[in-house]
Amino acid sequence: MADAVSAVGGAEFRGAVTVREVGPTGMITLRGDLGSDAVAKAVKAATGLGAVPGEREIGLDGDKGAAWMSPDELLILVPYAEAEKAVTAMEKAPGKAHALVVNVSDARAHFRISGAGVREVLAKGAPVDLSPDAFGAGTIRRSRVGQVAAAFWLSDTDCFDLVCFRSVGEYMFTWLSTAGAKDSLPGYLS
Amino acid sequence: MLILTCPNCGVSGEETEFTPGGEAHLKRFGPGSDDEAFTGYLFERKNPKGVHFERWRHAYGCGKWFHAARCTVTLEVFGTYSAQTTEPPAHIIDAIKTKRPDWEGYE
Ligand SMILES: [Zn+2]
Repeated sequence: MADAVSAVGGAEFRGAVTVREVGPTGMITLRGDLGSDAVAKAVKAATGLGAVPGEREIGLDGDKGAAWMSPDELLILVPYAEAEKAVTAMEKAPGKAHALVVNVSDARAHFRISGAGVREVLAKGAPVDLSPDAFGAGTIRRSRVGQVAAAFWLSDTDCFDLVCFRSVGEYMFTWLSTAGAKDSLPGYLS
Repeated sequence: MLILTCPNCGVSGEETEFTPGGEAHLKRFGPGSDDEAFTGYLFERKNPKGVHFERWRHAYGCGKWFHAARCTVTLEVFGTYSAQTTEPPAHIIDAIKTKRPDWEGYE
């Protein structure tokens, strides 16, 4: 297999917060009846997680995870090298029940934004309440950041993971770096 | 600013997170219908000052379509509801009548 090249080559920015492209990440779209055994089996097969995430939830276990994207769609996260294997396992798991499984890893970019002001950086461009009371761990939010679609969740204290389309990866990195520039945070959420 | 609550994912977002889809509950007139009905289906739209029913898509969120009942003057949203219906449900009609007792009713 050819070496995977990520959207901005693993670039990193250090300002008021640190923005880093995580690099190739295994991402699999799973569509089906989220309440069905078939989907539960597919999630288990790919991630080992025992529960399908509920509305706007993300379940994480080490470098694997499952996120609620819409009433009939999940995003499965696995290490990049394991994505094809996970797809095969997920296709077998539901048996005859209907589900769609697609490896979208190469269509996406994955960033990690960390630092004390990280909520304020995202709040500059996402129309989302990012205060600690409103946005806690275990939540995934699909929205826009600047002018492009993105999904983000808290991966640690003061640390967000964000995924977007690869085609706008460079825009996203530039946007995050601008919004996270030194001495540019309003200090409203901290 | 218009704030809509998507009934598909529960998110309350401001309007830039959504895409407007025009008037709700249009009935399609296609092959077999007369010219007048087809013209109406294609071009004639309500433009009320007050209560209005619209289609919206949660474009930057869950991606799903839904319906919204709102006031075009105040931007007050009376409720949002499933896209899979051909007319406003009773609870939406009730919510509008509570807030706009003079409203002439749907259609
Ligand atoms: Zn939604």
